[in-house]
Amino acid sequence: MEIEQQALSNPTGVETIEISGSVALLEALIAEGTEVIFGYPGGAIMPIYDALYDYKEKLNHILVRHEQGGIHAGQGFARTSGKVGVVFATSGPGATNLVTGLADAMIDSTPLVCITGQVFAHLLGTDAFQETDVINITTPVTKWNYQVTDATEIPEVLSKAFYIARSGRPGPVLIDITKNAQIQKFDYSGYTPCNHIRSYRPKPLIRNEYIEQAAALINQAKKPFVLWGQGVILGEAEKEFKAFVEKSGIPSAWTILGAGAIPTDHPLNVGMLGMHGNYGPNVLTNECDVMIAIGMRFDDRVTGRLDKYAKQAKIIHLDIDPSEIDKNVQTTVPVWGDCKETLPALTALIQQKTYPEWLKKFRDFDQKEIEAVINDELHPASGELTMGEVISHLNELTHGEAIIVTDVGQHQMVACRYAKLNKTRSNVTSGGLGTMGFALPAAIGAKFGAPERTVVAVIGDGGFQMTLQELGTIMQSNIDVKILILNNRFLGMVRQWQELFNQHRYSFVDIESPDFVALAAAYRIKGKSISERGEISSSLKEMLEHKGSFLLEVMVTKENNVFPMVPQGCSVSEIRLK
Amino acid sequence: MDSNKINIAPASLSSGEPARAGTDGGRDEAKQEFTITVYTENQIGLLNRIAIIFTRRKINIHSLNTSPSEIESIHRFNIVVQETEDVVRKLSRQIEKQVEVLKVYFNTNDDIIWQEMALYKVPTDIIAEKASVERLLRENGARAVVIRKDYTVFETTGHREETDALIRILQPFGLIEFVRSARVAIIKNSDGFNRKLREFEKAEPGEDVNENEYLNKGQRIFTM
Repeated sequence: MEIEQQALSNPTGVETIEISGSVALLEALIAEGTEVIFGYPGGAIMPIYDALYDYKEKLNHILVRHEQGGIHAGQGFARTSGKVGVVFATSGPGATNLVTGLADAMIDSTPLVCITGQVFAHLLGTDAFQETDVINITTPVTKWNYQVTDATEIPEVLSKAFYIARSGRPGPVLIDITKNAQIQKFDYSGYTPCNHIRSYRPKPLIRNEYIEQAAALINQAKKPFVLWGQGVILGEAEKEFKAFVEKSGIPSAWTILGAGAIPTDHPLNVGMLGMHGNYGPNVLTNECDVMIAIGMRFDDRVTGRLDKYAKQAKIIHLDIDPSEIDKNVQTTVPVWGDCKETLPALTALIQQKTYPEWLKKFRDFDQKEIEAVINDELHPASGELTMGEVISHLNELTHGEAIIVTDVGQHQMVACRYAKLNKTRSNVTSGGLGTMGFALPAAIGAKFGAPERTVVAVIGDGGFQMTLQELGTIMQSNIDVKILILNNRFLGMVRQWQELFNQHRYSFVDIESPDFVALAAAYRIKGKSISERGEISSSLKEMLEHKGSFLLEVMVTKENNVFPMVPQGCSVSEIRLK
Repeated sequence: MDSNKINIAPASLSSGEPARAGTDGGRDEAKQEFTITVYTENQIGLLNRIAIIFTRRKINIHSLNTSPSEIESIHRFNIVVQETEDVVRKLSRQIEKQVEVLKVYFNTNDDIIWQEMALYKVPTDIIAEKASVERLLRENGARAVVIRKDYTVFETTGHREETDALIRILQPFGLIEFVRSARVAIIKNSDGFNRKLREFEKAEPGEDVNENEYLNKGQRIFTM
């Protein structure tokens, strides 16, 4: 093993060494800087796990409780670290359990490399035990996928996989490796990272004409409005974005995946876009004269009714993915390219400006929203607890320094609306796919991706029960994740829609929960459940100060609604405050 | 056709004229036949990856031809759909985004020269007996590929209407079997792909490879 390791660590040497496909895979992971693998073994991936036995010192493998948990953990890791998440699963059910996470990572542009075991190549197509056609099942939900049937392909395929996953618009890649290829020995001559594939251009060529035209539009605008999305974070362009916003003086609003790219309390940050976003950004979308969309894709939850969306505005769209231009909203000036490069070029050409009157309009709408919605949500004087006041207390204790991982539903909207975020990569949520059950496993990965930071998973009582088996992963990995369950004893978002649009016909949204504190105790995780206003702050403090994981359940009011709200099929300017 | 083309010449900015004609994304546009030409690597599974871009939008592929191109290792797809230009542009961009796709073009029938090949199997005795049939076949540009005692196979190439016409003609004479190939199409205004491929092989392809519809270098060519 000693000698073998030495030879392997010398990729430039011409000598070759005979190794198995499994060892070549693990060497590739090490060469790509993999720190942690989230996985679950099984028959068809056993040779890889056998090789992993000798790599325990170099690769940290976290045994999850379900492959879906594994891939969500990989996503959480990728989101907070900015690196590629690595996931292992076996063939058949192991592979199909990845599908939800792949779809989630695909729609939220999360870089992942998933390795699945596959039956022996000679058994492909024979309905062998635990055989499933994972390549075809995952084609719509992967940026790229590939089946390896020969060990000699492994180094090159893995280098392509990592390159594709992290370059351009990132996304999930799945590599399916047949068992024979895992076992097969071959002459290995080292690992060469990939940096070019002739048919793949991750970054479109930047056209200065567009940047000049965009700058001209911005410079003559009276009411410009910036919308930013996760592209700013994925492109690691937070500084460039901040410089652009500050020089241009343009009020800027975010999609939920863009949250935190500039701090919540930045004077030009005017809040959240979309269905449950802030009042001003939604209403004024239909008043701005120039809209500058940066690294966002005009999701229907952001735009509401498209034919009444910003019709008066000229639209500048900065995106690394040319297929996003004109996909949903017709662009006036397309600025194709990596915003880390296009933003500084644009900033250089725009005039330093401020728009005090225009900005005041946003703040006036804020005032209306505060009076109509926010005050009651964050500072209720009496009555049952609200989700918002819990988040408000959390903000005071974390000072906006924590990573907030959210699941899907009402608590997600409340947490994303009200959580204070000082830093980028602080908001981990399932945005595009809306995957309930995302938060608990994603929080595990988030902690591995940013071990020095506090990770708080805010989860509803419904979503928690979808992946609560990952408490076992937390217990065994001994990591520190704070679990904050906002329990309204309902599948709250669906209930809200049923109340508002289905005449209070509460169809199967009444959900019972187990004793979450006892459940946590069964996993040796300390827990507490509260329902009194006076306990919120002290309990959150106890949770945050506790060494190790902690589950805090807060019983909140049952039938609270998230407002403002743009009802489905309505224009953003028809946003309702109640 | 160009109603939703975006004119972003600097002049349009100063004129104050919104450059966003067809702001509903061209949804009212009429559907017509488009031929999508795709240059790809020769990769297992890529056909499925391309096909699902159509099927996820519930769009039927009218005709599909895939075959090695004139360039070693590069495959060429011809895909025919009946759709609006707006939809075809979105489909094309999503196809070109696939890792193993080099380039996508989409064209109306005016932009291309195309052919489909058809084979017709008819009983030999009828052909031999009836001189009129032979004349009809000749008039329709068909030629005999195989003549056997019991049947004869004729071949013709042409547009759909032409190959269809011959079915109708042969039907009364006991047409036994018919098959037609997918459309193959040559783009009138194209320099082929050889030079482009060499550019693609560079880490930083030159500007001319990064054609761009907004710069009007070829009306229906877009790429990054």
